[in-house]
Amino acid sequence: MIPIAYPLSLAAILFIIGIIGFLLRKNAIVIFMCLELMFNAANLVFITFSNYYQLIDGQVFVVFVMTVAAAEVAVGLALMVAIFRTKHSIDIDQMNSLKG
Amino acid sequence: MESGLTFNLVPWVVFLPLIGLSINLLFGRKFGESFSGTVASLATGLAFVVSVILAVALANHPEGVTVPLADWITIGSLTVRWAFRVDTLSVVMMLVVSGVGTLIHIYSIGYMHNDVRHNGDEGRYTRFFVFLNLFIAAMMILVSADNFLMMFVGWEGVGLCSYLLIGFWFEKGKNGTGNSEAAKKAFIANRIGDFGLLIAMFLIFVNFGSFEFDAVFSQAAAITADKPGVMLAITLFMLLGVTGKSAQLPLYVWLPDAMAGPTPVSALIHAATMVTAGVYLMTRSAAFYMLVPNAQSVVMWVGAATALFAATIAVAQYDIKKVLAYSTISQLGFMVAAVGMGATVAGMFHLITHAFFKGLLFLAAGSVIQGVERGMHHGDHGTDPQDMRQMGGIRKQMPVTFWVYLIGALALSGIAPLAGFFSKDEILAAAWTSQPGIFIVLALAAFMTAFYMGRQLVMVFFGDARSEAAKGATESKLVVTLPLMILAGLSVLGGLLNLPGLHTLEHWLEHTLGKVEPAHFVWLVAGISLVLALLGLGLGWMIYSRKNEKPFVDPLKKALGPLFTGMENKWWVDELYAAVILNPYKAFAHFMAEPVDLGVIDRIGGGLAAGTRAMAEGLRKLENGYIRTYGLLMLLGLTAILTWLFLH
Repeated sequence: MIPIAYPLSLAAILFIIGIIGFLLRKNAIVIFMCLELMFNAANLVFITFSNYYQLIDGQVFVVFVMTVAAAEVAVGLALMVAIFRTKHSIDIDQMNSLKG
Repeated sequence: MESGLTFNLVPWVVFLPLIGLSINLLFGRKFGESFSGTVASLATGLAFVVSVILAVALANHPEGVTVPLADWITIGSLTVRWAFRVDTLSVVMMLVVSGVGTLIHIYSIGYMHNDVRHNGDEGRYTRFFVFLNLFIAAMMILVSADNFLMMFVGWEGVGLCSYLLIGFWFEKGKNGTGNSEAAKKAFIANRIGDFGLLIAMFLIFVNFGSFEFDAVFSQAAAITADKPGVMLAITLFMLLGVTGKSAQLPLYVWLPDAMAGPTPVSALIHAATMVTAGVYLMTRSAAFYMLVPNAQSVVMWVGAATALFAATIAVAQYDIKKVLAYSTISQLGFMVAAVGMGATVAGMFHLITHAFFKGLLFLAAGSVIQGVERGMHHGDHGTDPQDMRQMGGIRKQMPVTFWVYLIGALALSGIAPLAGFFSKDEILAAAWTSQPGIFIVLALAAFMTAFYMGRQLVMVFFGDARSEAAKGATESKLVVTLPLMILAGLSVLGGLLNLPGLHTLEHWLEHTLGKVEPAHFVWLVAGISLVLALLGLGLGWMIYSRKNEKPFVDPLKKALGPLFTGMENKWWVDELYAAVILNPYKAFAHFMAEPVDLGVIDRIGGGLAAGTRAMAEGLRKLENGYIRTYGLLMLLGLTAILTWLFLH
């Protein structure tokens, strides 16, 4: 039994990497991947506590999160394809036509 | 019971003109001029027939009836009915309005045919008759009302029609706005008067608790004993309303300008009927005035002063219609003075005969104007067809018009045995017996009346033509001259209505107005007034029939000097009003518009808008379109919320 701090630390590191990537990168695909990183950091926390308290709820939640994330990626990638067709780029900084 | 059925016809005096105007409104343009004119004349003519039937029925039941039509307003204890009052007074007014009205409608068929062509818009023919029918309907409501509120509806209705018809050629006149300015002036001057009438009505309601004539007048004596101040206020505010509608000092200024309307309008509204509404109102409310001697003396002095003042102005006018307009003001002054002296029957008598001969004079003047217009060459813009200085000698070209004009002028001057002699004499006799001061003023006004009519007759009809247009004038068609002849007949015979000794009108009206002491026929007064009339006419003839140089210069100008200049310029009353009331008010309005409205009120609104916009301008900087900014803000926000939750 590894101490609970290890997986939680890993999750925190993953989440921070995700945030930093989300805030700094320009490529939309990479930003997606960073999002996935954050999802999975959260999933890891669910699993850790599910195991720690011996409750099934956390694992159920993980399945839900993965499903929703898959759906979100499907929609997001479709949007990316559509944007790429019109702008010939997926540079996220160029998608600012709604700025005030 | 049978007469009850007859009296139930009375709403039709209002409905018939309304039906006529509806037909013209819907189909008038489609079926053309003769259709419009016939429908409108027929509607008014039928209203006259109804009035005659009512008069005949009334002869058997002189006490009169009230015919309720509908409940109008019910608020708490106040109930105002839409009810028609048939009594000897209202039926006399109905007969005058619809009788003279019908003749003027027929005249208008011919007159407006030329007028719309002369002014270049044939499409307005039908509109004229719609307005004319609307006027008859409103006037009928006014005279047949059985309460003050319903009467006020008619009172405002005729004011509206007056406004519409003065501004009938609204795009014409001085600077292209002269006619519409005249219409506005009439409306606003009347509004001031209406304000007085409204205040009087409010006071009546507060103190009497009712608007109905019977209920109000039966309490008048008790209220006068109780609150004399209130009665004085009611009668004086009512007088303000009368000065507006009946063109008395100080609100008369709208009537001369109202001559901007087509001539039949001047005859119908501004001579024969509408302007007499004030006299009718005071006659109807005679029960009030009898109780307040102070108000009575104010009324009679206002009337007498107006009679003389307007007569002096009429002496020095050159526009054929303006002379008649000031003459109308002057004659209305006679009527108001008569009512003020308590001689209500004499006032009503003069109202009727005046409707005949002044209607006649205006219509005949219209015939003269169109005769001169026909004499004008194409492209002749130098001749003003209403300017008497450019007329002269027209009796040869327009014999019928000349003769009827002569009859009207003699009747107005008070030559026996024409209508004006008897009615004016009755007023003068009433003044002679009770108010010597008033008698002198009125006698002077009567003398000047004869003088300016003599002047006008000579300037228009005698001597040599002073312009090409006057030389080429031609007589009007029968549709125009026939009503003139009928009115001339009435002007001759109108005196029979109330011959001294018979007092037909007096006995007729006493059922409504109560028993009044019959006016005595004073031979001395009759003699004086006849001599004055002949003197005036003769003097006018002597002064104006002398050879006159070209261009025409009024012979009185040299003789009277600055006095004549004053009369010529209407004693600068319009200028005085402009300087004392109008211009300060306009300056105040400008002050409110420019510095106050634009400077203060608009700045408050504009400042609020600018502030909101500046704030929004700052806020939109936050929306820079970079996803990472939103992400960072979300992160910071969530962190802040979580921190807050942990710390609490």
